[in-house]
Amino acid sequence: MKRHVNLTIKQVTSCYADGSLNPRLVTDYALEDSSQLKSLNIFTKLTPETALHQAKESAFRYETKDPKGPLDGIPIAIKDNFCTKDVVTTCASKMLENFVPTYNATVCQRLFNAGAVLLGKTNLDQFGMGSGTVDSIFGPTKNIWSENLKEEGKFRIVGGSSGGSAVAVATGITYAAIGSDTGGSTRNPASYCGVVGFKPTYGLVSRHGLIPLVNSMDVPGILTRKVDDLALILNTIAGPDDLDSTTFKREFKPINLPETADIDIRNVRIGIPKEYHCEGLSDEVLEAWVEIADLLQSEVASVEQVAMQHTSASIFVYSILNQCEVSSNMARYDGIEYGHRADENSSTEELYAKTRSEGFNRVVKTRILTGNYFLLRKNYHDYFEKALKVRRLIKNDFDQVFSEKVDVLLTPTTMTDAPLYSDFVSQSNRDQCAVQDFCTQPANMAGVPAITIPIKLSKKGLPIGLQLMSKNLSEETLLKVAKWIEGKVGFDCLENNQIYNARKD
Amino acid sequence: MIRIISRNFSTKVKSKQWNTVVGLEVHAQIQSNTKLFSGSQISFSAPLNSRVSLFDAAIPGTLPVLNERCVEAGIKTASALNCTINSLSMFDRKHYFYADLPSGYQITQQRAALANNGSIAFPVFTPGVNKKPYTKEVKLQQLQLEQDSGKSLHDETRSLVDLNRAGIPLMELVFDHTLEDGDEASSLVKELILILKSLGTCSGKMEEGALRVDANVSINRPGEPLGTRTEIKNIGSIRSITQAVNYEINRQIEVKSEGGEITNETRSWDATLKKTIAMRDKEIQQDYRFMPEPNLPMLLVDTNSDEKVRGNFKLKRIISDLPKLPAEIRKELVENFALTEEIAIIIVNEALLLAYFRKILSTNPKLSPKSVSNILINDFLKIANERNENLDSSRISSEHILDILTYIEEGKINLQIGQIVLRKLFDSSEKSCFEIIDESSLWQIDDDEEIEKMCKEAIEKDPKAVAQYKKGKKKVLFAIAGNVFNTSNQKANMRKVVKKLEELLE
Repeated sequence: MKRHVNLTIKQVTSCYADGSLNPRLVTDYALEDSSQLKSLNIFTKLTPETALHQAKESAFRYETKDPKGPLDGIPIAIKDNFCTKDVVTTCASKMLENFVPTYNATVCQRLFNAGAVLLGKTNLDQFGMGSGTVDSIFGPTKNIWSENLKEEGKFRIVGGSSGGSAVAVATGITYAAIGSDTGGSTRNPASYCGVVGFKPTYGLVSRHGLIPLVNSMDVPGILTRKVDDLALILNTIAGPDDLDSTTFKREFKPINLPETADIDIRNVRIGIPKEYHCEGLSDEVLEAWVEIADLLQSEVASVEQVAMQHTSASIFVYSILNQCEVSSNMARYDGIEYGHRADENSSTEELYAKTRSEGFNRVVKTRILTGNYFLLRKNYHDYFEKALKVRRLIKNDFDQVFSEKVDVLLTPTTMTDAPLYSDFVSQSNRDQCAVQDFCTQPANMAGVPAITIPIKLSKKGLPIGLQLMSKNLSEETLLKVAKWIEGKVGFDCLENNQIYNARKD
Repeated sequence: MIRIISRNFSTKVKSKQWNTVVGLEVHAQIQSNTKLFSGSQISFSAPLNSRVSLFDAAIPGTLPVLNERCVEAGIKTASALNCTINSLSMFDRKHYFYADLPSGYQITQQRAALANNGSIAFPVFTPGVNKKPYTKEVKLQQLQLEQDSGKSLHDETRSLVDLNRAGIPLMELVFDHTLEDGDEASSLVKELILILKSLGTCSGKMEEGALRVDANVSINRPGEPLGTRTEIKNIGSIRSITQAVNYEINRQIEVKSEGGEITNETRSWDATLKKTIAMRDKEIQQDYRFMPEPNLPMLLVDTNSDEKVRGNFKLKRIISDLPKLPAEIRKELVENFALTEEIAIIIVNEALLLAYFRKILSTNPKLSPKSVSNILINDFLKIANERNENLDSSRISSEHILDILTYIEEGKINLQIGQIVLRKLFDSSEKSCFEIIDESSLWQIDDDEEIEKMCKEAIEKDPKAVAQYKKGKKKVLFAIAGNVFNTSNQKANMRKVVKKLEELLE
């Protein structure tokens, strides 16, 4: 482990500025780390040439005292469902295995404009449909916290679908990674990997170039080791984008978090929604939840239990809406303009059928079929429309607690610590998601910002995270509370011997 | 008596035993520089696949961005068609698989359209079919915005796709089924095109596919419920609308009269065979699985402009500069120039005729509006039609016509020569009227001696007529005058000829 890996992004870039570090060296080390940790299967594609080129340009800017800002020269990883110009963007699918976009997603473009260095594209569940990073044509990503990385199938899952991004950060390979979050896809793996995972308010960060799963819930997510790093990334990527009509039109005011010691959360009211104390919640997660609630009690204005009565319905409604939008969004993959095309010439219909049959995995196909069923004229009212109504009730729950009682909600992120791969894959994708997304998807249904922060290790030595949610566009409050807790718990994901053990020598 | 020059394509249906029910759906391409949801340029004759943005090709990750100009065009059109503009409308996805629909769905407005409850009033006037124009009013149920699809090109072994058209903005207009025959249907579309052109919201060029018409046709016996409908898809010209609808009505009457049943089906119009033909129908039982388009916010229009600012679109501003519509212009022509309604209809139907009419009369207000409309319709339009020339690209200028009228007015040429001059101008429009008349010596013959000489010759040639005249059959004089006129190659000043003949025969 190189000494500089422990630094925050701001510290690294000030080292660049004073010459004690330089972007080329840091990028070299990051590439070396990623090749030593190759067995974890973090990346769908490493981009050493891009990285070295960007690092070289960054180094030049520092030499000429003209850096682009606090991200200049910082290696990052991007989930492989964000379009990157001239870099293959696969969604971990056969359908897009050879798809090379001719444009950058807005998020990527803004990071590159800020001088960030793209180390590679990270692994995910095919098209983001999953919560384990196990359903990828590149194979599953392994959790760096696994007790057993050597034996087949005995490793811990990383969560998902932004699993590759979570491990890229958890191993110290990159300082930050971009994920996407539709029902918890950023927060879930962040929690299992002991890093910070953040889902901004829907509409705060552009989705242009993010290959969609559920347009009405997708948001780009951010994974870092520290809340401060996260704020830097958010400040870079947030704000209106003409290419995404659902972004807020108002300019984004960058967030400046005070030093940990100076954080004042005495006016903040914390809510503990009792519905999140549900079946399947492990004792250890519950313990951590209570512990942090108690910790906050001594500092904030109030900590009280609140009711959000439609929470338990949320996961079902989420599932219906997800499948409906998926069936629609996947309609474009027909092998005509781009992507996989089957060897089939008998008719256009046959070409579609064979292309789609070959290009999608079982999970994707199941969701397409189910979604189309829900959208049939005769079913629309009973499923899609009803789901939208319940979604509104769920949103109302949030609106109500935020308008009346509390500023920030504290909940578990996941029910347990990271499951074993073999246990996880014995369940169907549907059952996996129903458990994994239970605590996280309500925030997507309501559009509110949510963050998971690592709290402690379980008895098995696996990270446990907790989730904070707040009302739309109240990112600053949310991050302040998160940073305060971060300071108190003092979790450091680099204090993990597996980071060294996992390296091939 | 004015001669109406207009081609008549009608094969009029008349049946007292059947009610005929015709409804139209019109797709009008919005005149816009760029597409409805992307920045691609629009141009009709661009090389294949050269006007395709990433979004138009449904490249993953791209999102629709609404072209505000198109919304404004929709609002203007809806307003000119007396619609209620909805303060809130939405976009939906309509799913079906087709090679020229790259995303697998069309973005349209199914559940909440831009505008509803409009109407269009139009004159129905087909010379030779109905003697007098009558006005028909049909309700416009809905005006919605949507994207066009691309085009599939097929040859024997393969299909190719051109996406230049994919994403071009369309207005879909759905009219009530209250038309009765093909003439009414084509008259509605004619008027609609005039309105769209005057608003500048659609070129109306059916030959370029900028305006496409689907017609629903059914028949039923009076007092009985509506019959089964057939839909004639994508009718490509005004003339075809008349023919296709009337053909379909007659076909259905024939089928039903023989005890047959009408099938609910889609048919196409074969303009060569002059028949509607049942299409292999892919769309039967199609379930489009409509879903709200999640990437576009609701479309908000400030319909009540004094309220606090709400939508992006301010109705009051958008409709503040609507031009005069054809109905109003016709009314003005009738009122200000004492033209008949028939004449007003013909003039307003052709933008160029109207422009020339106005220009000629404003340059020389002393001319009689009737003589101006006569030459424009009976000569200019007639000759252009005979020659199959498009008026809009005519090289005959309003100055040419003004000169002819002025020469006639001044007695330098007569009406018949005027027509000859105009014909010659169609072939050599680079010349002035003066040049044409001069080089062909078409000036009117006014010289008294010459006229006397011609009259004497005519009298000598026709002693029989002269005898009749002298017996008191005064009308014969005009036959003799006619001979003089012909001998003079139509150039003789007839007033003088008649006077001279009377003088000589006294």
